[in-house]
Amino acid sequence: MTTTYAVLSEGLRKRYGDVHALRGLDLAVPEGTVCGILGPNGAGKTTAVRVLTTLVAPDAGSALVAGHDVVRDPAGVRKRIAVTGQYASVDGDLTGAENLRLFARLLRAPRARADELLERFDLTAAAGRPARTYSGGMRRRLDLAASLLVPPRVLFLDEPTTGLDPHSRNGIWDAVRELAERGTTVLLTTQYLEEADQLADDIVLIDEGRAAQHGTPAELKALIGSYAEVVVAGPSSLEAAAAVLDQLTGSAPVLNAERRTVGAVTTDTTLTLPRIVREIDAAGVHIVDASLRPPTLDEVFLRLTDRKEPAA
Amino acid sequence: MSALAHDGTAVLGRHLRRIRHAPAITVMTQTMPIVFLLFFGYVFGSALAAPGAGYRAYLVPGILVATAAGGLMTGMLQAAQDAHRGVMDRFRTMPVSRAAVPLGQALADLLANAVGTVPLVLVGLAMGWRIEGTLPEALGAFGLLLLFRFATTWIGILLGLASKSEEAAGQLGSGVFMLPLLSNAYIPTDNMPGWLRTVAEWNPISAVTTAVRHLFGNAPVPTEAAWPVTHPVAGALLWSLGLIAVFAPLAVRRYARG
Repeated sequence: MTTTYAVLSEGLRKRYGDVHALRGLDLAVPEGTVCGILGPNGAGKTTAVRVLTTLVAPDAGSALVAGHDVVRDPAGVRKRIAVTGQYASVDGDLTGAENLRLFARLLRAPRARADELLERFDLTAAAGRPARTYSGGMRRRLDLAASLLVPPRVLFLDEPTTGLDPHSRNGIWDAVRELAERGTTVLLTTQYLEEADQLADDIVLIDEGRAAQHGTPAELKALIGSYAEVVVAGPSSLEAAAAVLDQLTGSAPVLNAERRTVGAVTTDTTLTLPRIVREIDAAGVHIVDASLRPPTLDEVFLRLTDRKEPAA
Repeated sequence: MSALAHDGTAVLGRHLRRIRHAPAITVMTQTMPIVFLLFFGYVFGSALAAPGAGYRAYLVPGILVATAAGGLMTGMLQAAQDAHRGVMDRFRTMPVSRAAVPLGQALADLLANAVGTVPLVLVGLAMGWRIEGTLPEALGAFGLLLLFRFATTWIGILLGLASKSEEAAGQLGSGVFMLPLLSNAYIPTDNMPGWLRTVAEWNPISAVTTAVRHLFGNAPVPTEAAWPVTHPVAGALLWSLGLIAVFAPLAVRRYARG
């Protein structure tokens, strides 16, 4: 059986003045999967979403969304997608209920569906208040509810949890998981590795308007590895700790005499923190603190895009 | 076409609801003219000589037309707000008729303006202005006012959609108050320097004002002026329909393009 793709783009390019937002973006999102587009600010995530949702036409390249060409048949695309943006795209002057009823009317969805979604997203109590009085989390929930009035074939979420508190973030995550289970294809952009890890079947890392790397979260993590770091009591034992870490991780440790730390990247998923501590302790080094943590997004980028470490 | 009617009605309903929830712009643009009317009518009125039955009767139609021209400002502010606060992006990604969003806004603005004109007319009547023409003529005058409002709103929507930010639209909007000053809305053009008089008489506001004064029976049509002013009803119709024919398609295209 051949894979059908909900989103398929080839060589998308978009330039705003001197800024090349997209420089040949290729994407292939199989139907029924969650694709996380991960990248720093300015990598082209939002532009990619704007092109795929027919908001802007690409300068070059092509894209099919739910089988329809974004340039030649934008109306066909619009019938099959929903978008929840980084900036809440609801009318702040209307109440939550009025917003959903307006969008339901435009989508020819029954009015009861609007009330059902208010309930589903815990907005019934606030339904009669203008949306501008909502908290960030409530606005985002209202926005997401508006995107689900008619179940879309492809749901686009542009940084759905940026600026939200952990509780609201979890609420959005649960909703996305529920949709994914029912077979909706979701394309979400995020700056948070953890978010992509939690939700996505596949992650596309984009950098400077191009897909720099893609794979499952586990594949990317294996590729990137974790970062082991120990803080020692005195500068004299830095070298000894580094030697042990070198042996355990197989990568060259980084020493910082001032902070008395030794750190190294490891892709060995069986290496545990107790073992690191035990081995260094056995070498007679007095450890003050130790950690083994997933890489930060910055580290991911430095490693996967072969960029030089920024001076700062 | 039925999709346009359905979607346009939904968007119209949206704007009427938001005017009810957040009436600030609408209330301001409909009460400012009353302040102007009182200010010009009683402060300047005594010092100015005007044709017809007194300056205040001359002024009321001018203020009505200046208020209709305010569609330029309300159209622009509203479109800029929608464009820069994200809600328009949602409309654009939905299977909604392309013309429905600006059309719904323009129609809602027209209705709000029609209702907002009632207090202005009442204040005018209280100041001694009277409708001295026939009923059909008076209805024609109100019709012209609404048609002109519809035209200026479309210009405003285009400018609002093209604006860089809400603030930029706000600054441009405050300049709209100047336009009626360069017309015969407040004072006759007869004594203006030649070039300024030409500019003022070709200002669409002058043709519409002259037509409204004529239809209400408040002042005779000037015999020596630019063509739109000497043929005011035809001039007002041509200006309004011409502006709609040019700016409505441009605004719709601008909305669709994003």
